[in-house]
Amino acid sequence: MVDKSGADGRSLIRRRAGLKLWLSGGWLATLALAAILAPWIAPQDPLAQDLFLGRLPPVWIQGAEPGFYLGTDSLGRDVLSRILYGARLALIVALVAGTVTCVIGASLGLLAGFLRGWVDVVISRAIDIWMAFPPVLFSILLIAVMGPGLQSIILAIVVIDWTRFARVVRAEAMAQGAMDYVASAQVAGRGRISTMLTEILPNVLPTIIALLTLEMGIAVIVEAILSFVNLSISTDDPTWGGMIAEGRTSIHQAWWVLIFPLITLFLTVLSFSQLGEGLKDRFDPVLR
Amino acid sequence: MSFLTITGLSAKLRGTSFPILRDVSLRVSAGEVHGLVGESGAGKSMIGKAVLGILPTSVEITKGRIELDGVDLLSLTPAERRRRIGATAALIPQDPLTALNPSRRIGPQITDRLVDILKWPRSRAEARARELLAEVQIPDPDRVMRSYPHELSGGMRQRILIASAFAAEPKLIVADEPTTALDVTVQKQILKLIAEMQARHGTALLFVTHDLGVVSKVCQSLSVLYGGKVVEATGVRDFFREPAHAYSRALLAATPKYTDPAASLTPVPEAVIAAVQAEIAAHDRTHDRSARRG
Repeated sequence: MVDKSGADGRSLIRRRAGLKLWLSGGWLATLALAAILAPWIAPQDPLAQDLFLGRLPPVWIQGAEPGFYLGTDSLGRDVLSRILYGARLALIVALVAGTVTCVIGASLGLLAGFLRGWVDVVISRAIDIWMAFPPVLFSILLIAVMGPGLQSIILAIVVIDWTRFARVVRAEAMAQGAMDYVASAQVAGRGRISTMLTEILPNVLPTIIALLTLEMGIAVIVEAILSFVNLSISTDDPTWGGMIAEGRTSIHQAWWVLIFPLITLFLTVLSFSQLGEGLKDRFDPVLR
Repeated sequence: MSFLTITGLSAKLRGTSFPILRDVSLRVSAGEVHGLVGESGAGKSMIGKAVLGILPTSVEITKGRIELDGVDLLSLTPAERRRRIGATAALIPQDPLTALNPSRRIGPQITDRLVDILKWPRSRAEARARELLAEVQIPDPDRVMRSYPHELSGGMRQRILIASAFAAEPKLIVADEPTTALDVTVQKQILKLIAEMQARHGTALLFVTHDLGVVSKVCQSLSVLYGGKVVEATGVRDFFREPAHAYSRALLAATPKYTDPAASLTPVPEAVIAAVQAEIAAHDRTHDRSARRG
């Protein structure tokens, strides 16, 4: 019978998922808003250098200058403003690369897992071969060939990570495909592709969403790694990875140049993965 | 006149020569309840799946005919076969917990076939679904149609699946061990419900089960399977009075007697199994030889 009283453990799961969802969603929303509004809310020009203002500490430490809330780096550039502008690139990469990777990988995984046969053989072998390449070297190589730039970063992430989606979604689609309701749908005269879209896809969707947000976090990391080794976009534009790389050289004199972008990066990646977990719990029809 | 005629159906595991079905023939008349009994792995479910066109991709039909309402299903294109089966046959699956799509509401899962295959308008299909849910004794059909499967109990879900199977007034329903996954207390109700629905709608039923007690209650005829081969096909009354095949006799003797709890379980004697295996091997040899000659 329909149980709306929540006397069992389901209501507890939901409450915890709710908190996770709010915290991670809140951080990401704030960050997104800050990134969009960066030109208006950033206290300083992120590119303006002033050697007289070099290595200023954050405002709550003695020797700070007003207007430079999180201090400045060795060239006198404002850390907070650079983090805000860096968020733009990080979030664009997360959204675009994450989504494209998800669509390509999940489609291939779904086809392989549900249709089986030669489709599965072709896609699975492609995944196996693909996964034999070392991903970091592969992406560095790709960007070295294509030249740095936003498209190159996104393409590198898609090319490396579609296998993650394909693998997981394929396994999930296979598990769902063995369920009796898929057989029932086919006995009821539903075609293969239509069965895949109405019976399999909705049940794989919670997994896809969890993977998608996870992938967005990974995209942020990959972007940071690439900019850390100076293979991201042009060297002038602020990136979190680039800031971390610069901060590393002056960690003893000006720890804030390294620490603040690092914390932002950490919170962002954590929020993406927790958002996925929270959404999965919320969308899972059995837990809902 | 038989509604379902299977002639010389053989199937094997794809890519091997391992036989799943050996030269299976059976007939089910319109409105008849035919039992398929046998041990696990005897191929009884595979026959049902072959009829409905839902064999696993790992199983391949090598020869034979499956005539449903006078049309040989195996000679149709996959799309034609699907439409044909969708319009004339239905399935009552084994496990009600996995037989409803967890992410869709009950209503559309029942009306899908009516709308897609029979091209009914949605409102008519929904009225029909409500009517059927009431017929399988589900209280408050409107609320159930808006529910998700996980909000309902196993017994409720099996009732829904039965209603759904009868929705398009199919001429044949394959019931694949429909009570195996249920509680013993619910089993009896569901069995009674299936028998009632079958009688009222005059549907032919292919009843896959390993429970001879169930067969004696609901079936008119049955086929006993061993190793993918029909060892005996007969009327239910004859079978229980005087089984013709030694394996059938042993299977019948192995049925637990609930009236005498002290009686120990009687397994099928090894000699009988050896005999039936020898019989199958002999059949395979003659079959292979004739195939080579031909």
